[in-house]
Amino acid sequence: MITELDIADLKKITELILQRHGYDFRDYAMSSFKRRVLRILELGGLTIDTLLKQLSDQPDYINDFLDGLTVNVTEMFRDPGFWRLLREEIIPGILLNNKQFKIWHAGCSSGEEVISMNIMLKEMGLMNDVTIIATDLDTVILDKAKSATYPLKNMEVNEKNYIRFQGKYSLKNYYREENGRAIFNPELLKNVSFRRHDLVTGDAFNKFDLILCRNVMIYFNQALQNQVLKKFHNSLFKYGYLAIGTKESLIWCEYVNRFIVVNQEEKVYKKIKD
Amino acid sequence: MSRYNLHNSYKAIVIGGSAGSFQGIIKILSQVSAGFPLPIIMALHRLKHVRHGFVEALSIKSNIKIVEPEDKESIRKGIAYLAPANYHLSVELGNYFSLSTEEMVNNSRPAIDITLSSSAYLYRNKLIGILLSGANRDGAVGMKQIKDKGGLTIVQDPAECMIDTMPKAALSLTTIDHTLSIDNIVAFLKELQQHYK
Repeated sequence: MITELDIADLKKITELILQRHGYDFRDYAMSSFKRRVLRILELGGLTIDTLLKQLSDQPDYINDFLDGLTVNVTEMFRDPGFWRLLREEIIPGILLNNKQFKIWHAGCSSGEEVISMNIMLKEMGLMNDVTIIATDLDTVILDKAKSATYPLKNMEVNEKNYIRFQGKYSLKNYYREENGRAIFNPELLKNVSFRRHDLVTGDAFNKFDLILCRNVMIYFNQALQNQVLKKFHNSLFKYGYLAIGTKESLIWCEYVNRFIVVNQEEKVYKKIKD
Repeated sequence: MSRYNLHNSYKAIVIGGSAGSFQGIIKILSQVSAGFPLPIIMALHRLKHVRHGFVEALSIKSNIKIVEPEDKESIRKGIAYLAPANYHLSVELGNYFSLSTEEMVNNSRPAIDITLSSSAYLYRNKLIGILLSGANRDGAVGMKQIKDKGGLTIVQDPAECMIDTMPKAALSLTTIDHTLSIDNIVAFLKELQQHYK
């Protein structure tokens, strides 16, 4: 088993992917990127050379590679305090100016956050007034997100989060159990459009009232975080909101002064300048 | 006179702990003095949904500032950093932290192995790794990586540990330079500090 990669190996991989497939991982945070590549090597029984050969010779392999590279570990209602803040302050704040509004889940992974959002909006009676775009780099995980189907064993932690969020019912109201899986009501995705989009190479494509990008930019270095924040700024209406992960920070980004902090604890920002 | 043959070229101390390590950590932090010449980076197993209280509890008796770093925060000497709840904590070339929500490692997030392993890569032979009481094997692989890169390895004496699985796992996997009681870890750190004056 390979337990260490040097920078030259990682560089070979990022250069090949950039040239052959157009994805740019050169500005990803190195320690986690290295762990992801090591994991792909281990799970696939590969060496650096056989990995490079597969990336070079097998056009479809890139999708599996991207699926292994991206971190797809998430929970419904992760950080329940954040979701209470959304329900009690942020969404009412948006409603002051707009009866209908748009949300972008950037880096939506397997869709737990999208489901959480729509459960919350449904309980607020707002689901029909909201359009959601959910994007990810990884097409394999987007298909999972569209299926709204999750391992039943994940539901314990999801339910605990939902209870801390103080939802109206039980998560069980929203899914049925089948063969060890929780299959959510497809109605919960009727206002959602899933799309493949790469935050690194993709452009701003629409304007939103709220962007959620929680625990995605932690996999980028500061230079890339700075670039991505510009795209988010460009994708928000004035006075729109941006939510990042609770341990993330924007303070070193060039555009930080175009936002104000709405909630420091839950890391919610509001765009105040174009 | 000294058992440790210390010098002042170390750049960081990394501490892993789990079940039974809390009192030991408290004692270590209460005994090192303000202006400690290195960063102390701590990966301690903790409840994933309890975001608050741990730093405050550790801070009550500590002489040095305790911080849960944000993603990409710079690493500074004289501060004790604590891996935040439900995140892995790594260090990066350029001497800053990064956080991640990757899969649990050894059923843990934060995982001690991830913090130790990335620290071994960054600091090489300029790192001191300390592994305390705990009930699983997290940290053993990381201690081996520290040793393999020429760093110094210390475990809490299993005889003193509330649960000795974690230090014993490290002892069986790699060379541990010193097996010490908490009191002697404190004495070690005080002696280390003298070398930076």
